[in-house]
Amino acid sequence: MSRALKTTIVILAVLVVLGLITLPSLRRALQRISGSSRTEEQARREVMQIPISTPTDVKVNAQMYWLSETSPTSLEATSIELPLSADPVERSKQLLLALIANPPAPERRTLPPDATLLAFYIQPDGTAIADFSDALQQETPSGILSEQMVVDSIAQTLGANVNAIRQLKILIHGQEAEILAGHLDLSGLFPVPSAAQAATPASQAPTTPTTTDTGQTKSGGSAPTSPVPAKKVPN
Amino acid sequence: MVVRRKSISTLLALIVASALALRAAPQSAAPSGAAPAQTLQQPAQQAVQQAAAPRNALAVVVLDPAHGGADQGARGSSNITESDIVLSFARLLRISLEAQGLRVILTRQANEGPSFDDRSKIVNAQRGAIFITLHVSSTGPVGTVRVYSLPQPAAPAMTLASNPAHPGLVRWDHAQQNFLDLSRKLAELIQIQMAQRFRGSPEIPLAAAVRQLRTVAAPAVAIEVSSVSVPDRAPLDQMAPVLAEGVARAVAAFRLVYEAGVK
Repeated sequence: MSRALKTTIVILAVLVVLGLITLPSLRRALQRISGSSRTEEQARREVMQIPISTPTDVKVNAQMYWLSETSPTSLEATSIELPLSADPVERSKQLLLALIANPPAPERRTLPPDATLLAFYIQPDGTAIADFSDALQQETPSGILSEQMVVDSIAQTLGANVNAIRQLKILIHGQEAEILAGHLDLSGLFPVPSAAQAATPASQAPTTPTTTDTGQTKSGGSAPTSPVPAKKVPN
Repeated sequence: MVVRRKSISTLLALIVASALALRAAPQSAAPSGAAPAQTLQQPAQQAVQQAAAPRNALAVVVLDPAHGGADQGARGSSNITESDIVLSFARLLRISLEAQGLRVILTRQANEGPSFDDRSKIVNAQRGAIFITLHVSSTGPVGTVRVYSLPQPAAPAMTLASNPAHPGLVRWDHAQQNFLDLSRKLAELIQIQMAQRFRGSPEIPLAAAVRQLRTVAAPAVAIEVSSVSVPDRAPLDQMAPVLAEGVARAVAAFRLVYEAGVK
């Protein structure tokens, strides 16, 4: 065996040993990098979406509408235990935060994980105004089906758990948006089904919202919800 | 001053003529979709004049390959874009519809991005037309097709759609309200064909507030194919001729309904 060959073998052996030594730390570094995006998302939510607790909170079984386990084209009610306020506005906020943050499985998610609820109001006529961050518009998968699921899951979850709401207006960052993610019309009001109506299967055809000649919707239909032209909501 | 008076008189004459023309038409004409209603264009609030054609004849199909230009629509992981796929669907569908003697107009011929209102203007300028907007979703079981029309409002359509300032003219942003019954019928006929051809597709069409449909003063539906999540576009390309044949059959069936004036 020549001297050069021996040297090469020694160098290769040293490299292999060094590789084996550094492998665990490389693996740890990779795990850290892959986990960092989730950590950022969690951190952002911790800052933006502080869990709401009120003196009237009572633990109840809330009916949450996420994608069905068996059919990805429909919603399914899932009962989860949540502390919910007696105040309809706070209760609605608690529900929407849970709808974003607590889906039982990632594939059942309806709203993008980065979406945050910026504000929520209920007008005396039962019109709820939910103001979401840009992420709702930018990160909802484009398509009539997926966009309809977003609106339906919000409307049905509110309808099943809050009595005061009859219709829903969705704003994006405080502004009225023409479309959600390329298809669904956000200019109108979406009827919010009552608890009994929300319990009907989401795949059924919608009943119609009641609309006055000024475009105000008065009572809700069953799922899936579809908007009607509305008066512009003051920002 | 004289010129200004003349223009005011011309404008008034136009408005009066439009109102008279609409009153002269049979009451059922607008709701049944046999004759397209005049519309108000939202930005300028101007009356839209529509081309004359026999009242009961379905002569034109406006195909709308959605998105285009900077807006690619849904995008798959393998660079499949909704705007590309729907354009190829539209080209194939055009051939099937022209074979029936229908005139077919595409809202875009290439990778252009007309606005929602620009696309609506194309169909609203036609008489005896229907409108089909084509989409590919990001989600849903691959190989299925869903057909949508706008949901029915509970209030009388004319109340919602009419413009109090100009009775007889239809508000641009509610132009679809007078055609909801016919749109639903068209959606039913297409959905039946899709359910027969694409396993897993629903048998009944869906109602959704698709923005593009709202400003169309003609029977109008959206067809959405699932989905861009396929590894390559071959499965979508294979769907195209089957989809075109099914839609063409449904349009042929709808033509009878439309020309019979059945709601």
